Amino acid sequence: MSRRTVLALAAGAALVLTACTGTGGTSKGAEAKAPDDPSKVSGTIKVLTQRTDLVQDGTMKKYAAEFNKTYPKVKVEFEALTNYEAEVKIRMNTENYGDVLLIPGVVKKSDYPRFFASLGTQAGRSEKYRFTDFTTVDGKVYGQSPIGVSPGFVYNKKVWREAGVTKWPTTPAEFLTDLKAIKSRTDATPYYTNFAAQWPLTSWTFVNGSPSCDTGATTKLAEGDPWAKGSDLRVGDTLLYDIVHEGLAEKDPTTTNWELSKPRLAKGKIATQWLGTWAIVQFQDAARKAGVSPDDIGFMPFPAQVDGRFCAVVGPDYNQAVNVHSRHKEAARAWIDWFTDKSGYDKDNLAISPLKNAALPDVLKPYEDEGVKFIELDDTKGAQVKAIDDQSEVGINKPDYRQDLVDLARGARKGSLDDFLAGLGRKWTEARKTVGS
Amino acid sequence: MTDTTHKSAVPKATSERVKTAVPTPAPAPRRARVWRGLTPWLFLLAPLAFLITFTYAPIANMLAYSFTDWDGVSPELHYTGVGNYTELFTRPDLFEVFWVSGYYLAASVVQIIAALYFATVLSFDVRFRNFFKGLLFFPYLINGVAIGFVFLYFFQDGGTLDSVLALFGHHSDHAWLGTPVSANISLAGVSVWRYLGLNFVLFLGAIQSIPGELYEAAELDGANRWHQFRHIIAPGIKPVLTLTVILSVSGSLSAFDIPYIMTGGATGTETFVIQTVKLAFQFNKTGLASAAAVVLLLIILLVTWIQRRLVPDEKVDLV
Repeated sequence: MSRRTVLALAAGAALVLTACTGTGGTSKGAEAKAPDDPSKVSGTIKVLTQRTDLVQDGTMKKYAAEFNKTYPKVKVEFEALTNYEAEVKIRMNTENYGDVLLIPGVVKKSDYPRFFASLGTQAGRSEKYRFTDFTTVDGKVYGQSPIGVSPGFVYNKKVWREAGVTKWPTTPAEFLTDLKAIKSRTDATPYYTNFAAQWPLTSWTFVNGSPSCDTGATTKLAEGDPWAKGSDLRVGDTLLYDIVHEGLAEKDPTTTNWELSKPRLAKGKIATQWLGTWAIVQFQDAARKAGVSPDDIGFMPFPAQVDGRFCAVVGPDYNQAVNVHSRHKEAARAWIDWFTDKSGYDKDNLAISPLKNAALPDVLKPYEDEGVKFIELDDTKGAQVKAIDDQSEVGINKPDYRQDLVDLARGARKGSLDDFLAGLGRKWTEARKTVGS
Repeated sequence: MTDTTHKSAVPKATSERVKTAVPTPAPAPRRARVWRGLTPWLFLLAPLAFLITFTYAPIANMLAYSFTDWDGVSPELHYTGVGNYTELFTRPDLFEVFWVSGYYLAASVVQIIAALYFATVLSFDVRFRNFFKGLLFFPYLINGVAIGFVFLYFFQDGGTLDSVLALFGHHSDHAWLGTPVSANISLAGVSVWRYLGLNFVLFLGAIQSIPGELYEAAELDGANRWHQFRHIIAPGIKPVLTLTVILSVSGSLSAFDIPYIMTGGATGTETFVIQTVKLAFQFNKTGLASAAAVVLLLIILLVTWIQRRLVPDEKVDLV
């Protein structure tokens, strides 16, 4: 027995040594230049994506075929990852993580140059593209989101009309009154938390920026207590608390079902869900499949106004980037440029275009009619917010604390909302000190 | 009785034969001896390679990470000494989740008793006994993830459990996963359902290795079923029982897959392993999470050791 242990330990120790030292980035700082002549660029590139649905139903292949009309010598292969974040994170310990990939949330911004090839300077790219500062390190841009998304409530227009509500609520209190009207006048569940699916709860963090209509909302997170009185996250979290606390959400949040929630909203069994523009297309599909009109799917901004106008935050989805170890950086760059500018991916998804000069999608026509103001948050402190968030274990982009909030609101957890939010603030400000600026 | 002596006699005879066979020829040439020494290792090569690659190397890696501040993806990692361990032990909130293990521990008591009951009953001549054996063991063969999803529907509002209760005239409006107590009991119940079969099979195997003559003799002496259980079966399966208890304790301390899939640790159902996974993959504190995993390993070893000290493994001799 002892001999086997010794052997194992020796082998283990050897591996530990290699594991500790076997990292390094020689190609750090490489650039992925856009090819000059589309007909000459060649190579096989692998594109990693989280859209398993689009790879399975062949939509991505259609994009690739279209791409090949301009770049005939580039072969595009797709690899869809079901659990994108977790799988890519592990693969990024090697050099083999595709040629084009979506930047996972786990990667620190300061590490971008080690993993991704730069797409150009921010000064140059920001003239044409939105969201450049989300991936900018030292003046260079490392990624580009093919679509822009804006958070908001997906709602069933018919149900809201039946409840006698014809205008978007302008304050959280008014929103609650409307939900109560829905509860008393219709059979629909006024609000659905999607508690069990977890990630829908995280979108409540994207409230940040809307109530105050402040482009510096992210910087404020990094520099203060996000749950201070009157702050955006507090306004959002209080609304969620009140919705659940006053019995306006589903009866048993712990066994919710995301896939089923789509047809149920389309059919008017659920009135409202806080999601984002990206969800509209999915709910319309669900409506078509359920045999009801997709026109009943509505979308409204967070119920808060500054100077009489609603404020909608536009942010990037996953940013596409080129692997710094890729052997076909030009081809990879060509794909990103084409996919962002010409693929029509944004239109297919009814999303906001990443190009600055593009018009808004039709689904946001009501926004234009209402005069909703669109803002983009300044993300220069984004990396620091992430660092504080990890250090404090609060998880503003993780479901846990909102699940606790919902539990608190429905009485499955003891305590008051004020204490709960103060506790979060305390953890946050403590972590802020250790993370430093 | 004769049965056992017969069985044990067989290997003895063969080993004696081997022993006598070996020294007869003159000492084998060097090469042959080397080969002979090497052969077992050659056979062991494949399993050892797997064992080292997939068990010991990851553990060694985990140990190494537990002394660093690695975030799981960055190429940069710094040696932080025992910093992670200090942080773990100065944060009592990280150990509070062990209260949740109490539910699983209580459940495993129920589980062992039930398994023992079924094993005893089915070791006697019962009608459809093989069918019942299969029925009890079947859940253990199902993938934990599948079980998680199945029971998510089971506990849903108006789901299987509610409709079955309604059949019996009980219309409950209870959210089974709604409160911490109810959720933990429900989850522990699922784990009883899942692991009952394993315990049952272990017990059944142990019970069936008890020679049948003992029962006959006992029956002649006028012992009833309870006496037989108390004086023949119980002492006969003691080693297996101890093993089961150890497995249950370590299983309750490291409960993971069912609560993770069904609730994700929400509503007070977070176990130590779920917490560790969250530290590593949500908050990217791979170093701290590795330290937590090492601590869990040590705790389980400690509990096992204490248990062995309290209940020493005696040699059982029924005859």
